[in-house]
Amino acid sequence: MHNQMTGRVRKAPENFVQGDGVAKVFAEAKAGRRSFIRSAFAAAAAGAATTAFAQNGQNVGEGDPNILELPAHTKGLGQPVAAEGYGKPSKYEVNVQRRPSPGLTQTRQASVSFAPLQSLFGIVTPSGLHFERHHQGWWDIDPSKHRLMVNGLVKNPKVFTMDELMRLPSVSRFHFIECGANTGMEWGNVAVPTVQYTHGMISCSEFTGVPLITLLEMAGADLKKGKFILAEGADGSSMTRTIPIELITSGEVIVAYGQNGEMLRPEQGYPLRLVVPGVQGVSWVKYLRRIEVGDAPYAAKDEAVHYIDLMPDGQHRQYSSIQECKSVVTTPSGGQMLLDKGFYNITGLAWSGCGKVKRVDVSVDGGRNWRTARLEGPVMSKCLTRFNIDWVWDGKPAIIQSRAMDETGYVQPTYQQMRAVRGTRSIYHNNSIQSWALREDGEVVNVQLA
Amino acid sequence: MSSSRKAMMMKTAVAASLSGLLVAGAWAQGASAEKFPGVGRNATAKEVQAWDIDVRPDFKGLPKGSGSVEKGQDVWEAKCASCHGVFGESNEVFSPLIGGTTKDDIKTGNVARLKDASFPGRTTFMKVPTISTVWDYINRAMPWNAPKSLSHDEVYAVTAYMLNLADIVPPDFTLSDKNIAEVQARMPNRNGMTTEHAMWPGTEFTQKAVKPDVKAVACMSNCGPEPQVRSKLPDHASNNHGNLADQNRPVGAQHGVQTDSAAKPAAAAAPAIKAATGGAGGAPTALLEKNACIACHGMDQKIVGPSFGDIAKKHAGQVDYLVGKIKNGGSGVWGNVPMPPQPGMSDDEAKSIANWLAGSAK
Repeated sequence: MHNQMTGRVRKAPENFVQGDGVAKVFAEAKAGRRSFIRSAFAAAAAGAATTAFAQNGQNVGEGDPNILELPAHTKGLGQPVAAEGYGKPSKYEVNVQRRPSPGLTQTRQASVSFAPLQSLFGIVTPSGLHFERHHQGWWDIDPSKHRLMVNGLVKNPKVFTMDELMRLPSVSRFHFIECGANTGMEWGNVAVPTVQYTHGMISCSEFTGVPLITLLEMAGADLKKGKFILAEGADGSSMTRTIPIELITSGEVIVAYGQNGEMLRPEQGYPLRLVVPGVQGVSWVKYLRRIEVGDAPYAAKDEAVHYIDLMPDGQHRQYSSIQECKSVVTTPSGGQMLLDKGFYNITGLAWSGCGKVKRVDVSVDGGRNWRTARLEGPVMSKCLTRFNIDWVWDGKPAIIQSRAMDETGYVQPTYQQMRAVRGTRSIYHNNSIQSWALREDGEVVNVQLA
Repeated sequence: MSSSRKAMMMKTAVAASLSGLLVAGAWAQGASAEKFPGVGRNATAKEVQAWDIDVRPDFKGLPKGSGSVEKGQDVWEAKCASCHGVFGESNEVFSPLIGGTTKDDIKTGNVARLKDASFPGRTTFMKVPTISTVWDYINRAMPWNAPKSLSHDEVYAVTAYMLNLADIVPPDFTLSDKNIAEVQARMPNRNGMTTEHAMWPGTEFTQKAVKPDVKAVACMSNCGPEPQVRSKLPDHASNNHGNLADQNRPVGAQHGVQTDSAAKPAAAAAPAIKAATGGAGGAPTALLEKNACIACHGMDQKIVGPSFGDIAKKHAGQVDYLVGKIKNGGSGVWGNVPMPPQPGMSDDEAKSIANWLAGSAK
């Protein structure tokens, strides 16, 4: 029976049974009674007055009522253009939301919401699902009143309006932004159930703006003495971060106003944020109001109290900024349920703050054996890269992992390799290999291996 | 653009396209002219002064001023204690500021407890190596709901008070721009930072490239021992993040696991609010969040201040009293931790909240 089903994907049961039927089926599935699932679906579907139909591909009767009985949308008149001046996702996509992690923070102004990686495709994060990290709440700032100042070791301190910044030659580039604390809850033990909470403090967008070097040159910056810049936000926290001048003279750092073809979202720093490719999100200062060129680092609060990595010898690593090479399987992933055996596309995301992703390997036996996945193009530097690999699940328990390598030759480490060097108390910069255990009943759970 | 500058930019493809743009500017303007005429203007001295507030570890940027521990205590109790606790223990709202350091740490400049994995938590003074950071942060971002409202002398005073709580300065100390460098030389964790790592995208600290510390090899087959699961979520925690079935698309290769056996649709938080307030109208959640009320008040549990439910019971019908307390703050009614005034809140907002509280317990 099961063998005949191999290669066939079971259709979504929620579409065909009532809610209580679904709950019953899931409960039975959890209890491991796979044979029961089939009859439960059949019984529940038969009991539901609307669309009694078995979905196993064998008992189709005269055919699928979704095909035989033409639905209203095939026989009626649809909505007019511009019914929504700014379009929204389908109402059926309501589950796809960014979410906070309960109990992680006491207030919602100094907090974080996680992007739903388990439901996203490709490499671009929809702007409305981009993860959030605020230190003192977010604002929607009037762009006509926003100013950017460049001062410090410059010939002429400058002030720019948004009108002026948007007149300058612009560039558009795809980059990931990852919070330094992404996966931080998992340093010691498994703490959260799904990829949204383990890895959801990462997002990827096309950013449009002006290379910061253009503005520094306009102000006559002393790029010999000026080894560092300070970036400062205009919100209450006036976030500050130190950035090395090398990243700016290379042309990589941009002062961005555009994101995925529109202006930045307020939660992402509208109207202006710094884009620092490869570097943790805290340096991508939002509501950017000032750039100071200096000859010494600044030891800002988020460089001397937070975003410092505690090592086993009691020392903290200061100015740790780069997000090292990392990957995660997004489906199947924790908190999900495979509905049957057979073919699946294992898919996930890989990235490196040091350049391009070179290769991603996937294991389904907890790291004993690996196969190399397909990288979907384009593969861009300091950008999310989507990987896919074919897999036929035989119904036995499996442990799914991915391991990324970047163009510098760096290989993503296991938890054991990571902890052997950095211990378990760092909070930041956990890029260890993620393990998802698939149980016989089809449920996927977050695990860490010995 | 200098030729050396140009050469440096030519090194990357990214920069090459940029220099192409600059050449286009030169075509329009002549090589020596301003590249982007009409864009940007010189900042005035007053403008720079208004925004250039950062203070570096070498105290560049530190304004003149002073403040005593005693004065700092007054400011602290009025404006800081509601979130950070009278003694910097932080009332479980934010991470504690003070504690975990010893006299010996002040001598060595290394906080010994950072080596002790069993010591719970890390206070600000266990970590921060530079008092400049503390001064700068209070000055730019505190109090949390009214940043940049303290005078420079108040910032000195609050900093002095914290230094005294941490036993770094005596109770009769006055901190000033003149002696702050000496205080920095007594910070318990001043030697506790290292920049010897590969995660700074430059060579400013190490003068050379540093190799990554964690080295893995991409073994492909028969790697390592048979995997053993050492950690997973306990079953009772499976629903801690809500029903996972509601957090996955209901169509696709895999669906979300039903972790809530009752399988009620979302909005689990709403009933708690209703229960706490007797159900008389919904809580003005947006207002409470906007004004950070929920930092200190829970719907039905005490956090720093009393729960909204308890307030509603005690002050049923007392709209004017509640408006006054919300706007002006106070202390003594519910304990020693003062409620700070809320200068940023409009009268209408205060009244909405007071109406909700006063009417909820009926």
